[in-house]
Amino acid sequence: MLPQHLHHFETERQQREAGTFGMWIFLLTEIMFFGAMFLAYLVYRNWYYDAFVVGSNQLSIPLGATNTAILITSGFFMAMAVWASEVRKKGLLLLFLVLTTFFGLIFLGIKSDEYHEKWEHHHIPGQNFSVAEFVNPHAYGLNEKPLAPDMAQKTQVFFSLYFCLTGVHALHMLIGIGILFWLMWRARKGDFTEGYVAPIENFALYWHFVDIVWLFLFPLLYLINRHPGA
Amino acid sequence: MTQTHDPSNVTNPEHSVHHVVPPSTYLMVFGTLLLFTALTVVAAYVDLGILNPVVALGIASFKAVIVILFFMHVKYQSGLIRMTVACGFFAFLVMTTLSLSDYMSRAWGLW
Repeated sequence: MLPQHLHHFETERQQREAGTFGMWIFLLTEIMFFGAMFLAYLVYRNWYYDAFVVGSNQLSIPLGATNTAILITSGFFMAMAVWASEVRKKGLLLLFLVLTTFFGLIFLGIKSDEYHEKWEHHHIPGQNFSVAEFVNPHAYGLNEKPLAPDMAQKTQVFFSLYFCLTGVHALHMLIGIGILFWLMWRARKGDFTEGYVAPIENFALYWHFVDIVWLFLFPLLYLINRHPGA
Repeated sequence: MTQTHDPSNVTNPEHSVHHVVPPSTYLMVFGTLLLFTALTVVAAYVDLGILNPVVALGIASFKAVIVILFFMHVKYQSGLIRMTVACGFFAFLVMTTLSLSDYMSRAWGLW
């Protein structure tokens, strides 16, 4: 029995499974949390499709696709960290945790660059928002269909959803990175390479979940109607 | 992991073998995820009409499934865990279906 074995569990495996079960229950609440925002997106995209198309075209596909690849890489390294913990290789575990954190931070860096660009273009909903480029795109060098003023105002709905969805996602990543630093500190002490894998394993579930949310966010936000000449 | 003689099977009543997923599996999933990301971007630039969002979401769902099965180990887990994951998606489905049917039956287009 491991030193972390708790008396009310009969076997190690039972304790481990209870922990995994608990983490999945939490992830279910997260599915509902993000799910509600996805539902809002679903309704508004159907109602204000033209505004969503134009809004989506203001996002950078190269940055979004790169970020997707970066987050997938981060997830891969987290999966490798679980393996390293299971085969009790402390050096590798630390390396993979560091790489996971590193790629997570790069993702957030690119995200903040994108947010900054949105600020500069007056695409942040609220006082600083401007529909000028959407009502008269050709004057601003945009290859878009001009929108009627009321539909142009609806691009604010798109950007609100963009900032809410990616913002809450980024918050989850920040929290995850915080936990990663704690895990790295403990891993360095050898806490996770003597048979006790649960914290690494269960954090990996959280991290992969955050990755999956982004896998859906990317096509829904960045790839609405990108056909040339549309 | 070696098991000592245990006639009443106290150590492992679930008869389970703890499965360690090898790095080669992770590498294959990693490669697949990157490939399908590229595919999603390429597909966005092709005019598939009404199928564009379908293809995009289909690819995203496939990627989510392989992350869940392999990175999150669900393929190697017990029925309890698999049932829990299924419940999560079912709950989301219920929320979506009921909310959409509310909108579609009385508030569609009334913005």
